[in-house]
Amino acid sequence: MTPGTKALWVHLCLVVLLFALNFLLPEYHRGILSRVMVLSVFAMGYNLAFGYAGMLSLGHAMFFAAGLYGAGLTAYHLGWSVWPAFGAGFAAGTILAVIAGILALRTKGVAFMIVTLMFAQTFYLATLYFTTYTRGEEGLVLPQSARALSLFGISFSLTDPTVRYMLALVLLALVLFALLLLVRSSFGRALVAIRENEERMRMLGYDVFANKLSALIVSAAVCASAGAAYALLFGYAGSGFASIQYSILPLLWVLLGGAATTLGPIFGTLFMFYAVDITSSYTDAYMVVVGLALILLILYFPKGIAGAIRERWLPWLP
Amino acid sequence: MVDHRKAGGGITRRIALKTFGAAAGVAAAPGFVRYAQTQSSAPIKIGFQCHRTGIGAAYGRWYERVTNATVKLINDAGGINGRPIEIVTEDDGTDPKRGSEVIEKFANQHKVDLIYGTLFSHVVVGSAPIVGELKIPYYVVSEGYHVASGKLNRYCIQPGITDVKAQVRSVAPWIAQNLGKKVTLIFPDYAFGHDHRDFFEPAIRSQGGEVVAKIAIPPTETSFTRYIPQIPRETDVIYHVMVGPSVLTFVKELGEFFGSSGPQLFGFIDSLESVALDSPGLEFLEGSHFWEGMPRYAQPDQPDYVTFYREAVGLDENGASTDDSRDVSAAAHMFGCWETLYVIKAAMEASGYRGPEDRAKLIEATEAMTDMEAGREHPQGRKLFNGKIHQVFGEQYISQVKSGKLEVVHRTSIEDGLYEPEGDYTAMPF
Repeated sequence: MTPGTKALWVHLCLVVLLFALNFLLPEYHRGILSRVMVLSVFAMGYNLAFGYAGMLSLGHAMFFAAGLYGAGLTAYHLGWSVWPAFGAGFAAGTILAVIAGILALRTKGVAFMIVTLMFAQTFYLATLYFTTYTRGEEGLVLPQSARALSLFGISFSLTDPTVRYMLALVLLALVLFALLLLVRSSFGRALVAIRENEERMRMLGYDVFANKLSALIVSAAVCASAGAAYALLFGYAGSGFASIQYSILPLLWVLLGGAATTLGPIFGTLFMFYAVDITSSYTDAYMVVVGLALILLILYFPKGIAGAIRERWLPWLP
Repeated sequence: MVDHRKAGGGITRRIALKTFGAAAGVAAAPGFVRYAQTQSSAPIKIGFQCHRTGIGAAYGRWYERVTNATVKLINDAGGINGRPIEIVTEDDGTDPKRGSEVIEKFANQHKVDLIYGTLFSHVVVGSAPIVGELKIPYYVVSEGYHVASGKLNRYCIQPGITDVKAQVRSVAPWIAQNLGKKVTLIFPDYAFGHDHRDFFEPAIRSQGGEVVAKIAIPPTETSFTRYIPQIPRETDVIYHVMVGPSVLTFVKELGEFFGSSGPQLFGFIDSLESVALDSPGLEFLEGSHFWEGMPRYAQPDQPDYVTFYREAVGLDENGASTDDSRDVSAAAHMFGCWETLYVIKAAMEASGYRGPEDRAKLIEATEAMTDMEAGREHPQGRKLFNGKIHQVFGEQYISQVKSGKLEVVHRTSIEDGLYEPEGDYTAMPF
């Protein structure tokens, strides 16, 4: 079996396992896994920019929130149904990425972090300022009527836990396999090479700017899909999701799970959720415990969970 | 090297033990514990969504103390329908995402009868969709207009604390009659501040007053010196609702600008909830007025039931903890926990609540409530509940800072805060 086939099987097995867990997990964990899958997609999008292309962005909350508000506002104010609203969220994040990318990619390193952070802060403050439409930090509850999905002539309600779980899984699977293909393509290889030595790639004749911009746009589109899915599946859109916290969280999830690994973002998001959920049952100082766990993890597994697995046991893992 | 793997199954006893051990470990972890369903004689489980961490932690600490004190009293008096209350607390981190996850944990893992308690509006609004989906009653102590707006769902109820729209409308007549008719609003430039701006302007206009300037302060500001000169000279009253850590800077800079000759000041105590009024820099507030949901300082003429409430929750005469005089309470809001728990008790008794199958009856019994007399169960004062919008209306307190303490100078009527309902939850199906 070639490494590529092995990798494909591992990814397929994970999707099948997630599918089976819908029927095996207790109600609470099933509901939580729906959220984790959507947020994993956010982390996977971030991973493409940060892990593969080496762009340390502190502005990805903007792309997630653009998806969230693109879907949320059109569903809430214009009464758009699920598919057009999702499309609006996707488009909002993608268009913002083109604008932000063209400007921010004139910088790199720390300057890139600061510029992306400023874009995200501007977006965050805009969501607070336009209270009439967004209800600012309080947020909006999407009406249940806006969360009815029509598929092949059958109507599904996104408030149904099984429908929600399956849609989150479909989104995760689509993004997972698309990214698997992408990172194994010549474009993906070029991104890794740019991350490792940008000057050499330029010298070899690659258009570094175009490649990085493309990566940022795809990354943002994935993050926006996650944001749009979150709004529609969980019925809420609020400014909190545009705050700096949601630019740092995907970075943390990716570092934990393993940067530049396709599965790492899923492991990182899952680990982080349960670390908070379980430790908060024992102590109010749970963030201290979680922080300590993260330090230990980074000390002993500096390449994250999937990175460590790849390094020690499965070198063919993408 | 010995190969422990066996042909056939390929699993040694050691590997099997490790696997079962790990599985047992996971199963024993709190997240996977199976919780038994309540029996008819078992405690009534109330999920308390608490701001133990995050920006609302100061409120959360006092909400938790009041909750524990109230539950002890109710349980000592025989519980609800002969069953004790058991509070299950989860920290929402004052975050809407975590808040909604905690709702799922309460409903699907802890199997509580209902959920109650949270304050910050974004947590309430973020939790509302999942509450409606899980069809679990959600009694909030939040004071936002979100419930009364009619835009949440039938399971969200606010029966123990008034909302910001009613509060603002209640104080406007007193401001116009006693402080002046030309008002400058200074408010944070986000939803909390915008609510005050949007509700106060029509309220003061109806009293013959006017808003002469609206100064919105961006949430990122830490100094206010460039905003204070924007206050028009004709201003009679500055109405301020700044919140967060920068409020001390705001008051200090206002004092430095105006000295002793500035306009009258009227603020909402939200700005200084859990902050000692003798904190350095707050001297400028002497003589100014504040809205209070319930007086922080013990008042000389307070009724016996208020004294009883203050002793039960552990408040000294300055509104701080009897155990630590530096631990100032969230007195203007936390009474809502006490009153909400007594409303839940009354509604459960009226509906003959037995378990989750009676949740709809519980909501209907709450909706049927109207008058709530002041007393031990409602120490803040008399209330009027509007079942259509799931919102309670009540009296408000206006206090003046005198010698570094808040002294009540006026008590508004319920009628001052009433407004036309914008929704009807009772028309929504369960």
